[in-house]
Amino acid sequence: MKEIFEILEQNARATPEQISTMVDQPVNEVEKIIKRAEKDGTILKYKAIINWPKLGKEDVWALIEVRVTPQRGVGFDAIAERIYQFSEVYSAYLVSGTYDLAILVRGKNMQEIASFVAEKLAPLEEVQSTVTHFLLKRYKESGEIFHLPKEINRRLPITP
Amino acid sequence: MLNTKSAPTKARANLISQKVATLPPSGIRKFFDLLASVEDVISLGIGEPDFVTPWHIREAGTYSVEKGYTMYTSNSGMPELRQEIARYLELHYRVSYHPEHEILITTGSSEGLDLALRAIINPGDEVIIPDPCYVAYPADVTLAGGVPSLVPTSEENNFVIRATDIEARITKQTKAILIGYPANPTGAVIPRKEAEAIARLARKYDLLVVSDEIYARLVYGMEHICFPSLPGMKERTILIGGLSKSHAMTGWRIGYVAAERFFIQALTKIHQYTMLCAPTMSQMAAIEALRNGDNEVERMVQEYNRRRRIMVKRLQEIGLPCFEPKGAFYAFPSIKATGTNSEEFAEKLLLEEKVAVVPGTAFGHCGEGFVRCCYATSLSNIEEALRRIDRFLRKNRLNTG
Repeated sequence: MKEIFEILEQNARATPEQISTMVDQPVNEVEKIIKRAEKDGTILKYKAIINWPKLGKEDVWALIEVRVTPQRGVGFDAIAERIYQFSEVYSAYLVSGTYDLAILVRGKNMQEIASFVAEKLAPLEEVQSTVTHFLLKRYKESGEIFHLPKEINRRLPITP
Repeated sequence: MLNTKSAPTKARANLISQKVATLPPSGIRKFFDLLASVEDVISLGIGEPDFVTPWHIREAGTYSVEKGYTMYTSNSGMPELRQEIARYLELHYRVSYHPEHEILITTGSSEGLDLALRAIINPGDEVIIPDPCYVAYPADVTLAGGVPSLVPTSEENNFVIRATDIEARITKQTKAILIGYPANPTGAVIPRKEAEAIARLARKYDLLVVSDEIYARLVYGMEHICFPSLPGMKERTILIGGLSKSHAMTGWRIGYVAAERFFIQALTKIHQYTMLCAPTMSQMAAIEALRNGDNEVERMVQEYNRRRRIMVKRLQEIGLPCFEPKGAFYAFPSIKATGTNSEEFAEKLLLEEKVAVVPGTAFGHCGEGFVRCCYATSLSNIEEALRRIDRFLRKNRLNTG
């Protein structure tokens, strides 16, 4: 079963028929597993990884370190929720180390992110401090490498 | 005074040794030239992994260059590498070889095969080889002064050589049996029973077995039989292996031979006068591959297995029957129903649909009626190639007979 998800994680467009052949399981079985996973949230969503710079339309991204005060009873979860609900927040993680939450924020320009931090994030009562790192270049995302050099075929067309 | 006029030469043909002049060129070579003339080909004709060597291995290779590992190593290869190979063989196949005396690092398994044959063959000795087989087997035997004794294999037996057929071929001149399972070009894997029967023959007739196990890691749902692990076979088997296929390291040229000291000494003699040693940086990379490469190997094997299932299913769907290959990364479908022969089929397919497959006849007479399709290529390539083959069959009305 795990293998089905591994295949989908690599290629969300793999069809149930293809997957069924690859893992040697009946198609209806595979379809059932996928349907169930879509329903119960095992599969959250199918998305494409877009190379935006190629389109000349690049948003501004920032990785923000946030130090917060945990709350009795709910720890970091309540404050994390107050933060990740903002539509500007693309990803949010609780991390170990010198700060607590690592959030990835997306905006049209630097100004937009600056005002998000100044007006929405920093004023939150539980937020002690923030450190904002603007992303300069994207090399790899979700296991995929950006800016791949033009695919060159290194293999000979036929070998013994 | 210097005479710049060269002496009247003998016929130019005589300049090349007879042995080489009469050696047929690889059946693949001819196809290669034809291929070069066609653009945008989807090739199922490549006998090597489509994965680039895993980064940690490449990194170890470049690091060794940076550190100045640019000199010869000992003839036998770096001790650390031989130890890793001994450990690897013990771990995966439960065969023990002494790293100091029983393992030789070669420049690819091809060198190992050549050394093994040259070390054991006397002029006129016969070596039993399955037909079809890897292109180098009969040629290497001939170059070593031996006589290839081809034993036909067939689809009915999943292209596994049968002990009974071997026995029928054994003569006073028979010196060895050369086999390679999992097999190129068929993808066949030898079942334990058949391997044991061959081992019995080897003992009965006092024959050596040269076992080319370069594809050992690439088996799907079947165990790989490491020949020297069979009872009484270690002392009469020369085991050939390498990292090219398992670790996607074809260009690094690292192979090995494992056998009893007595054989390794003989092989090393030839090796020291010809190759000296395998490339040092490649040996360094190979050490890393064997120490930390197993996860990557398993990932690649899993990926091949998925493609294998897609390839075999699609071949059958479009009307090219194919026995289930359990090893390597080849499918060997029958094209007999199309009424053409292998070479014609491959040539027409290439010119009309720009898909390259290798005619089975490149690997021996018994490959007639089959083509080799390698699935070590992306899934989308496999799907597209098979769509084209399907169209090709329909257009030429080949699948309806």
